[in-house]
Amino acid sequence: MADALITADPKGTLTGAHYLDGDHACCEGALAAGCRFVAGYPITPSTEVIERFAARIPLIGGVFIQMEDELASSIAIYGAVWAGAKAMTVTSGPGFSLMMEHLGLGAMLETPCVFVNVQRGGPSTGLPTMPGQADMMQARWGSHGDYELITISPSSPQESFDFAIEAFNLSEKYRLPVILMLDECVGHMTEKVNIPPADEIKLYPRRYTACKPGEYLPFKPGPDMAPEMARAGQGYRFHITGLTHDEKGYPVMNHAAQERLVRRLVDKVRKRADDLVRVVEDGVEGAECVVVSYGITSRVASLAVQLARDEGLKVGHLMCKIVWPFPAGKIRALSGKVKSFVMPEMNYGQVVLELERVVCGRAKVALVGHGGGTVHDPREILKAIKESLL
Amino acid sequence: MTTTQAHPIEYLLRMDRMPHIWCPGCGIGVTVNCFARALQDSKADLDKTVIVSGIGCTGRVAGYLKLDSFHTTHGRAIPFATGLKLANPELNVVVYSGDGDLTAIGGNHFIHAARRNIDMLVICVNNFTYGMTGGQLTPTTPYSAVASTAPYGSFEKTFSLPFLADSCGAVYVARWTTFHVRQLARCMAEAFTKRGFRFIEIISPCPTLYQRRNKLGDGLSFMKYLKESSECKDGADTRAVALDFQGKIIVGKFVDRDQPTWLDDMNRRYREKLGDKYEEYKGIK
Repeated sequence: MADALITADPKGTLTGAHYLDGDHACCEGALAAGCRFVAGYPITPSTEVIERFAARIPLIGGVFIQMEDELASSIAIYGAVWAGAKAMTVTSGPGFSLMMEHLGLGAMLETPCVFVNVQRGGPSTGLPTMPGQADMMQARWGSHGDYELITISPSSPQESFDFAIEAFNLSEKYRLPVILMLDECVGHMTEKVNIPPADEIKLYPRRYTACKPGEYLPFKPGPDMAPEMARAGQGYRFHITGLTHDEKGYPVMNHAAQERLVRRLVDKVRKRADDLVRVVEDGVEGAECVVVSYGITSRVASLAVQLARDEGLKVGHLMCKIVWPFPAGKIRALSGKVKSFVMPEMNYGQVVLELERVVCGRAKVALVGHGGGTVHDPREILKAIKESLL
Repeated sequence: MTTTQAHPIEYLLRMDRMPHIWCPGCGIGVTVNCFARALQDSKADLDKTVIVSGIGCTGRVAGYLKLDSFHTTHGRAIPFATGLKLANPELNVVVYSGDGDLTAIGGNHFIHAARRNIDMLVICVNNFTYGMTGGQLTPTTPYSAVASTAPYGSFEKTFSLPFLADSCGAVYVARWTTFHVRQLARCMAEAFTKRGFRFIEIISPCPTLYQRRNKLGDGLSFMKYLKESSECKDGADTRAVALDFQGKIIVGKFVDRDQPTWLDDMNRRYREKLGDKYEEYKGIK
């Protein structure tokens, strides 16, 4: 990020080497990123995030409030953000469904904040204590209307920490909610997490307007197509609405206003998709088959890739950290070179639809679907790799 | 030669958004006038006063007042306002919405904000119907009143809003009507000076939908009803102020008590448990 960055507040940064599960690490990432307001509602397997925040925040300085439901949690954070806080809410599938209303509002009000979904098996109440990755399309399309947000899927407690910080940074830069999609495995697995000194953690500061009251236009696009913010209580007397609005923030009910606003909300992410590629590549150059994965499934797939290489197959691995926007440029560049892509995911085909769309018939695309409840058996992925190369 | 004088509350309104959307004879504008007068009279710090609305006819109030103003989602003004207040306790937070928004879709948020004693003033314009969507049944539509989704008259039991607010823990509860403009403005000004979850119900006409369907005449006829059927009983037991179709309306200030707010309780509890390690929370820098 070219913009002037600031460093983390030592008060919220638990510098050192720790043994943490992904939920706790995610909470520490948020605290290091400056999150000082969490509204949440308990739900397995995400509850540990808010439990830790509730325990930590009184001595750091901030607020945790357990709201009456996820509808309330997911809009209380917006109130806090417009009052000047960095804020987050945390949930799992059933609660994420309730929060869809406010993902749309967050896109419309261009409210920087972080939503965490520690995914479990669904649909409905599903498998509360077991993993799934079946909310990926919901993260992309779950609220009504057209919008684009950013979705990140960490595959370890360390990444839960690191990407919680990145989620806050991207939310400020692009002025939108960023969704951090863990799953029950990542949330509950305990591993070493290194938390750097506060001065090594770079944060993207909120871009507040320097305009005088009366001159401020809350939805006038600035750098990155994102507008500058004002905070409530400082004399700007601004108005914001979930209705289609003009740069003043006033409702305007016609096609032209809709086109101007919603086009920008979508382009804000789509036109910056190449800046939003966060992938880890392993042996992709010269590969005949590339496994594309995200979240916990990346780690299971790594073993399958190793087994395939042991058998002499030329297999690469592309691990997506940011899933939405999808790293289409990367995939397009590969799709003329490889014979096949294999995508394991803990659902019966979600992100693979985007992979197929981007590959557009230039290589074989194979899904290794899985209903969740446990991770893949790497041998299933290996089998799919072999079949795809036949 | 005549000169046009500015209306005394113009500076509190977004005049560039006029004309407003409300129908002739609607009571919402009357309540906004009272609210503006109350802001003037109480000398409230306008830069620190923020207004949050949900969706519906009354939900449009936030858009017309020249304050930091937030037009949110249907029913969720209270949790948005909760976030504002807790992140910056210096703000005077007002939620201004309708009966359907606050007590049907937003009912859960209403009762819990009252229970927690979140420091905010909630103003509910109760016109017994969803105006914006064409006059449907709300939790306050009285027995036998016709609504577009109750074509044979409502048969549901209703919420009595002052009783609901009182029993959930609101520290200030009052009811007025759009006929009682002076009392209402005074009540709002007084409510600005209090702390905690404060609730004002305003009985208000909806000539276009509620009255037309129920053959209750125009805006003026409803004003006559409000005038003739209201009885002021300050301190009335909120169990005895329920409304029925075109019946008597008990108005006045029913509840006024001091209770620690959610933030007071939070600070006290953390201090008790954490001692000097805990620094009193005064807002997020």
